[in-house]
Amino acid sequence: MPLFAFFAVDKRQMLTLTLEHLGLVGISMLIVVATGVPLGILLSRRPGWKGVVLKSTNVIQTVPSLALFGLLLPVPWLGARADRLAIFALSLYALLPVVRNTYVGITGVDPPVREAAIGMGLTPWQLLWHVELPLASHVILAGIRTATVITVGVATIAAAIGAGGLGEFIFRGLAMVDNRVILAGAVPAAVMALSADLLLGLLQRTLVRGQH
Amino acid sequence: MSDSAAIAIEFVNVHYRTNGNRELISGLNLAIHRGETLMLLGRSGSGKTTTLKLINRLLSATEGEVRVDGRATTEWDAIRLRRHIGYAIQEAGLFPHYSVEENVALIPRLEGWEPARIRSRVQEVLHLVGLPFDQFAPRYPDQLSGGQRQRVGLARALAADPQILLMDEPFGALDPITRAELQQEFLELKQTLSKTVVFVTHDVAEALMLGDRIALMDSGRLIGIFAPPEFLRSTNPAVQPYVNAFRAGHQILEARRLT
Repeated sequence: MPLFAFFAVDKRQMLTLTLEHLGLVGISMLIVVATGVPLGILLSRRPGWKGVVLKSTNVIQTVPSLALFGLLLPVPWLGARADRLAIFALSLYALLPVVRNTYVGITGVDPPVREAAIGMGLTPWQLLWHVELPLASHVILAGIRTATVITVGVATIAAAIGAGGLGEFIFRGLAMVDNRVILAGAVPAAVMALSADLLLGLLQRTLVRGQH
Repeated sequence: MSDSAAIAIEFVNVHYRTNGNRELISGLNLAIHRGETLMLLGRSGSGKTTTLKLINRLLSATEGEVRVDGRATTEWDAIRLRRHIGYAIQEAGLFPHYSVEENVALIPRLEGWEPARIRSRVQEVLHLVGLPFDQFAPRYPDQLSGGQRQRVGLARALAADPQILLMDEPFGALDPITRAELQQEFLELKQTLSKTVVFVTHDVAEALMLGDRIALMDSGRLIGIFAPPEFLRSTNPAVQPYVNAFRAGHQILEARRLT
């Protein structure tokens, strides 16, 4: 039996929704990395802010994802487009592991190493670029890896607000009480999560090897 | 006699208090001559490391002034000041993700030296600290012994050819045999390089062996400055415990040889 016949969905639609899903996850993760890493760096420089920032990102994660999508719907500019809202919600959701791991990675640099670097006359930027980020990179990457896997899963819920992605099949399958249609969404999403995990895991190991 | 050209580092009535208002350094006056090796000796918490960090402005004096080459450290650009001064610490603080060569080359590289000049300088300083370039340059810190790491730390501190060298218990974590080796080599190095060295130690024997002068510190105060023979003869009650400890060690050795 051909694969797509089993899933009881149109092959082209499956491809479209998979790409949509990838788009949601990809753009969200770009935003998460672009904001989460600098935020984590900032926290390492201003430890006083750590409590507030980590707690609020933590609180966001405790909001059930379906509720988060719904709650953001009435927000003016955001709620105007489903994909915009979905990307915003996904980014919020995935922020915590990236911020936390960046903070932990940077503050985890061996104190004598940091002290020697400062004592030798590295500027704060040089310290960050030549010492702290390289040494924290595998911890930061572990955070990005966790965040990506979470995002692939949570992104299926984006279909509930009409943002597309593989969740479409899942919701449709639920409505039709047809497990095959649910699987048509769930299986590609699972494959996507596993592949992202595998790839980022490989990258992480390469970094660790690279820095001994 | 305080000809300013002969003085590399000067503390003028320096106080240092922590944010919690604990006074770690009290009224320190100290002139360090160009080319001498000054040992800062004292127990843990006596303020010797704090004194060292006031020189390269890892800490800033709460009161008074620290001068390097006649200029207050607060007038220096902190980065320029630190690159003007070599800094070697216990555990070396090598960058684990950089090879030996990259560790030593970092400051020259940031200073914008030509690659060829950097390479020959790295070869030169590694040779100075007794590490053959071909064998050690590509290694990473975790592939080195403690003594080798400390040598690389020293080479790195010397890389940009600073006239002043700060050393914070650089041999403190080494086994006794390696330590003796490095101390011996430091003495030889000192002759060839004629740098101004400020060396923190809590080890009396090390202070007596390596120092041109010994500055004894206690609870943030300078007790006095002594040439090694003066130190051994001193009747100062603060010096006595150190001399006694040093002598006791020798007496025990002596006694064991007689039995």
